[in-house]
Amino acid sequence: MELSKDEPTPKRGFFRLSRKAAPYLFLAPYLLLFLVFGLFPLLFSIYLSFHSWNPVEGLEAMEYVGFENFKTALTDPWMWTALKNTVFMGLYAGLSQHLIAIPAACVLVSFGGRIRHVLTSAYFLPYITSGIAVSLIFFQMYAPQSGIINQTLLLLADSKWAGWAFTWVHDAMPIRWLEDVALIQPSISFVVFWKFTGFNIVLYSTGLMTIPKDLYEAARIDGAGAFKRFWHISLPLLRPFIFFAVTLTLIGQLQLFEEPYVLTRGLGGPSQSGLTITAYLMRIGWEWYEMGTASALAWLLFLLISVLTALQFIFFGKKGLRNDH
Amino acid sequence: MIFSIIAAIMTVFPFVWSAILATHDRSTIFGGGIPLYIGDHLGANYDKLMEMLPFWRAMANSFFIAIMGTSVSLLFCSLGGYAFGVYEFKGKNALFSFMLATMMIPPVVGLIPFYLIVKMLGLLDTLTSVWLPFTATPFGIFLVRQYVVSSIPKELLEAAKLDGAGEFRTYWSVVLPLLKPSLATLGIVQFVFFWNNFLTPLIALNSQEKYVVTLALRSIQNNPNAPWGAVMLGTTIAILPLLVFYMFASKRIIAGLTSGAVKT
Repeated sequence: MELSKDEPTPKRGFFRLSRKAAPYLFLAPYLLLFLVFGLFPLLFSIYLSFHSWNPVEGLEAMEYVGFENFKTALTDPWMWTALKNTVFMGLYAGLSQHLIAIPAACVLVSFGGRIRHVLTSAYFLPYITSGIAVSLIFFQMYAPQSGIINQTLLLLADSKWAGWAFTWVHDAMPIRWLEDVALIQPSISFVVFWKFTGFNIVLYSTGLMTIPKDLYEAARIDGAGAFKRFWHISLPLLRPFIFFAVTLTLIGQLQLFEEPYVLTRGLGGPSQSGLTITAYLMRIGWEWYEMGTASALAWLLFLLISVLTALQFIFFGKKGLRNDH
Repeated sequence: MIFSIIAAIMTVFPFVWSAILATHDRSTIFGGGIPLYIGDHLGANYDKLMEMLPFWRAMANSFFIAIMGTSVSLLFCSLGGYAFGVYEFKGKNALFSFMLATMMIPPVVGLIPFYLIVKMLGLLDTLTSVWLPFTATPFGIFLVRQYVVSSIPKELLEAAKLDGAGEFRTYWSVVLPLLKPSLATLGIVQFVFFWNNFLTPLIALNSQEKYVVTLALRSIQNNPNAPWGAVMLGTTIAILPLLVFYMFASKRIIAGLTSGAVKT
């Protein structure tokens, strides 16, 4: 149907939507998909968390158990191990990410456009690549015999100029990055750190570039050094960005799954010290078929994320958002 | 300055390293030393990779879900964002707030019933189950709505109406072409999401010929005799499409994926 000014267009056609119906029709795909794949799973997951159910036995086998699943989840020592692991890896990877990203962003914005663009692209690269693929690469790099990390350490230990610092490296006893209880969490955290620091650097550098230049100029005239300018201007004005970035890290870290899953070959690592909450949830649900307990654990995880995000908002966000205005 | 450059090299190094290992055989990889040069076993590794699993099939599946998922997302999210942006209708504000609130819920919470509904709809072990459910995302609708509100003048919509365009035609021929910048952003976010997605394929796909590339990579890791050169070749190939895309549009991609943070 071609529209032209000479020809009067019919006011009512078969495909003419009324103004009232139009928004609902336009939102129909969202509403439909949300009802089926969003709301139903959520409500059913609540229902499921109060039932004991092995999916293999069919829907009839569902049995109401009240808060039993929550009790099971909360008294399960493995759940606490998984929680502890998740929190520790979150702290290692999360804290180091932000502690490095803020100064790195300050340095980055001091560069000219072209260098800055090249460096930004490099830092950001791990963020867009698949967690599975990069974890596989690190899995190889961490290999005790052939991995490049141990090979480099050996090379350094054998070298004349640096050997004195690497006498702890033994040819016969390679470091087992992913099989040693003491090393597995730092090893996993490093991959997560490597993957997400660049994203934060970009966020912070965007934030820094919104700060007016005359503020720094004025401070310089008043005799403030580089550190003072960072402490009294950059850091406070970055606050809303820090709030946002830390919230994202918090939510992401508590749901950590892919990196530990690949690095421990889905087995949880030595003494299960690489087992995260999400990985444990998957195990309860898809290996042990205890869908009720898995659902309860999922809601407990949701509760934890909500509480921590709320706390982060109360202590950190509010003031930061006020500074923004 | 030097520190920044070293950091950038360290960030990119694992990718280069995986590409280098993809050209070496077992004896070089396990022989000690660090082979920082290109080897001559690329062909042999390629053959091994193909022997282990239908790798190109997995790549094709990944492309299929990423392209279907992304293009349908653009349609659904632009429709939804347009509806929230230009119309006044009953329940609009409540629905909008509700939609944003659902973004806070971790995906893992609905994972088990998601599996059940996929099964009930007969979509288990189909590629549809890994793209269709994620095509009308709250983030996408929100993104388009913000753009509609800030950049589409009301007068334009009125002019279209005066010219006799219906509701759908106004959206399709007048507004949609103007939404390009926000759709480009959304397209990037969705493509990267679909290409890298692991959790949904892990629970929804079983048979090897349905595997997407993330699942395929994970499955070769479980093969105890997996030759590392071949595994690294697979990893490199899996990363390559995004890498090439990134080289041409890194500015856009970075802006797209950080757009949630930076107010526009």
